[in-house]
Amino acid sequence: MIAEIGLAALWLAAGLCLLQFIAGAIGARGDEQGPVSALVRPAAIVQALLLVVSFVCLLWVFAVTDLSVALVAANSHADKPLVYRISGAWGNHEGSMLLWVTILGLCSALIASLERRMDARFVKTALAAQGFVALGFFAFLLLSSNPFARLNPPAEFGAGLNPLLQDIGLALHPPTLYVGYVGLSVAFSFVVAGLVTRQAGPELARAMRPWVLAAWISLTLGIAAGSYWAYYELGWGGWWFWDPVENASLMPWLAATALLHSIGVLAARDALRTWTIMLGVVAFSMSMVGTFLVRSGILTSVHAFAVDPERGAFILGLLTIYIGGAFALFALRAGALAEGKRFVALSREGALVFNNVMLSAILAVVLLGTLYPLLSEALGTRVSIGPPYYNPVTAVFAVPMLLVLAVGPLLRWRRDRISRIAAPLVLVGVVLAASVIAVVAFSGAGVLPTIGLALAVTLAVASWLPLMGRNPRRVPLALWGSMLAHFGVAVSLAGMASESAFSTERLVAVRSGDTVEVGPFTATLGAVEPVAGPNWTALEARIAIAGEGVDTVLRPQSRTFTDPPQNTSEAALLTRWNGQLYAILGDAAGEGRWQLRLWWKPFVTLIWYGGVLIALGGLLALLGHLRSGVRRARIGEAIAQRRADRESEAAA
Amino acid sequence: MILAAALLALAAPATPPAIGAGQTVSSAPLADTQLADPVAEAKAQALMEELRCLTCQSQSIADSNAPMAGDMRHQVRSRIAAGEEPEQVRAWLVERYGDYVTFRPGFDWATWPLYALPLLFILVAGVLLFRRIGRGGE
Repeated sequence: MIAEIGLAALWLAAGLCLLQFIAGAIGARGDEQGPVSALVRPAAIVQALLLVVSFVCLLWVFAVTDLSVALVAANSHADKPLVYRISGAWGNHEGSMLLWVTILGLCSALIASLERRMDARFVKTALAAQGFVALGFFAFLLLSSNPFARLNPPAEFGAGLNPLLQDIGLALHPPTLYVGYVGLSVAFSFVVAGLVTRQAGPELARAMRPWVLAAWISLTLGIAAGSYWAYYELGWGGWWFWDPVENASLMPWLAATALLHSIGVLAARDALRTWTIMLGVVAFSMSMVGTFLVRSGILTSVHAFAVDPERGAFILGLLTIYIGGAFALFALRAGALAEGKRFVALSREGALVFNNVMLSAILAVVLLGTLYPLLSEALGTRVSIGPPYYNPVTAVFAVPMLLVLAVGPLLRWRRDRISRIAAPLVLVGVVLAASVIAVVAFSGAGVLPTIGLALAVTLAVASWLPLMGRNPRRVPLALWGSMLAHFGVAVSLAGMASESAFSTERLVAVRSGDTVEVGPFTATLGAVEPVAGPNWTALEARIAIAGEGVDTVLRPQSRTFTDPPQNTSEAALLTRWNGQLYAILGDAAGEGRWQLRLWWKPFVTLIWYGGVLIALGGLLALLGHLRSGVRRARIGEAIAQRRADRESEAAA
Repeated sequence: MILAAALLALAAPATPPAIGAGQTVSSAPLADTQLADPVAEAKAQALMEELRCLTCQSQSIADSNAPMAGDMRHQVRSRIAAGEEPEQVRAWLVERYGDYVTFRPGFDWATWPLYALPLLFILVAGVLLFRRIGRGGE
């Protein structure tokens, strides 16, 4: 019954989505006051409520393990702890697509209920665009990925969830990431509405900014969470693999980061109009490309794509319609947009444009590297593209970008002189030179880590330079946000460089009682004993860690799950202020010995702390912009009120 | 990434499961044993991180539990220990398994766009911007 309610709610929501599209399209044609176009806001809101009902139904059938639902039978098991039964609802294709559509619907409802800056025609056009995008994904969900399909007769047991996914990471990472992915749809719809209603000025930028910021914060947190999850769960100590699925989440982030900065230029200076519009299209396109890559199975190989071509072809069709359509609209209308304001190279705009070009180039590199193996396979050769390609090639663009970032925020809008910022420029140069010399002299790190460390130190100092000559109490919240986010980039970069330069690894086969040294610690293997969990059994090693004032026991496990049968390594981590000790229990090595894999990774945690700081900076900027938006609206109202008063006085 | 790896693992039973404790020891002794010479081990490690595990989902052989990755790690370590240079070992593996095995795409007829396209992108962007900015403020 619950599954049928979920499916019915989904169909009803699809119907309302169609209404939202039609009503919005009528509104877009200029008939804002008509009876049909008045329906667009209610349709969007009720649609979102129905989607929430549908999603809750899915959570419910997973929570109670209703084995007559095909999706539950294929992906869940009654023996799993409740939190993993529930989060398992989106740990599969159909469930994650329902989450996608639900968030898309919620975005529509939020636009319908919150957007007050733009006029009614604009909002209706944006909702029509949002509805048009959602319709395609509704069709995909209902026609080829129904999450509520019944199984008759019901399965006796569920097939279970992949043990790698039985982790709190699954509860947090996909929803956060999806909010970011799908939140970018608002940027897309606003840009389309801006093109249709011919509004591409600072008002559009100010209206878009909170939405893009919110999506970007979520995307940042989702990527950081995913990276940490992969780091501790896969058991290989790596935090970024340049895996196509990771790239699929990085690409929208790069585009959204570029978009945020160009929105800043458009809002403040009315420059970069067409470029901002284009980035709005690109950002959400990257979300859809990512979804296509992950959901179509094309990533393993073009041959895997052929195994289930229906779904892949479906998403590819949607991609073509939406991205192609948006770019066609762009091509038709972009020429008609008045060109934005001009500026010289040495200006805040100039620095931000540089940042935008470099971010776009990195995006191009990642996209190329992700798609190239597929292209070359289609042409008959198989190549692999991994860190040895991505690291240096992205660094070629990232290093100049970060150097410009160190001084860009100090520049004035429109036009500036080098002599005005000579003092901070010298300071940045001295810090950079000193840190390069220090790293080279004391660490013997490789080329890229050396550059990374030196840049991180420089940027950590430079990110606070905009405070110079200001009263800190009068610094706008949004500026605090941007400084904090830039500082977060430095922190994260320091973690990446340090991990790659200073990690030490020990791979040993030891008996109980043997001691090995790893980094500043000694590790002594104690007993290796069986332990049992709710749906797994495991061998657990007790490893006593001593040194640097630490005296503790790490308990890495090698787990054996029954449904489905699979083994996983549960790493044990010791987190210190200056790094992490990472321990893995491997195979029995004969003669009572056990394989242990130990890493000391100095300052590795900075990678994720930096990610959190970046997101926090985004949050401060979001609050700052919302506050100044409210203030601006209030001032506008006051002026209008005063004018009305004066007019009525004059009339009297 | 885990999500996809896990889903793919479920979909394709051919993917070997991770080896846990208690299973038989691989016949390749150097799969999980570091070389005594730290210089040679560092060379081997750097190379292993750039070689693809052929039975996994985009993992390097340094990052994989699959038996075949263990065999390949053994091969890499024993060849480096025998005095071969990492590039010789890589060439030997590429000869056996094709370009697919190395994560470091070379520069040849099949891979030149990987380096040419980013360059082209930056040139086009640079020219466009230069034309716009070159005409000066306002």
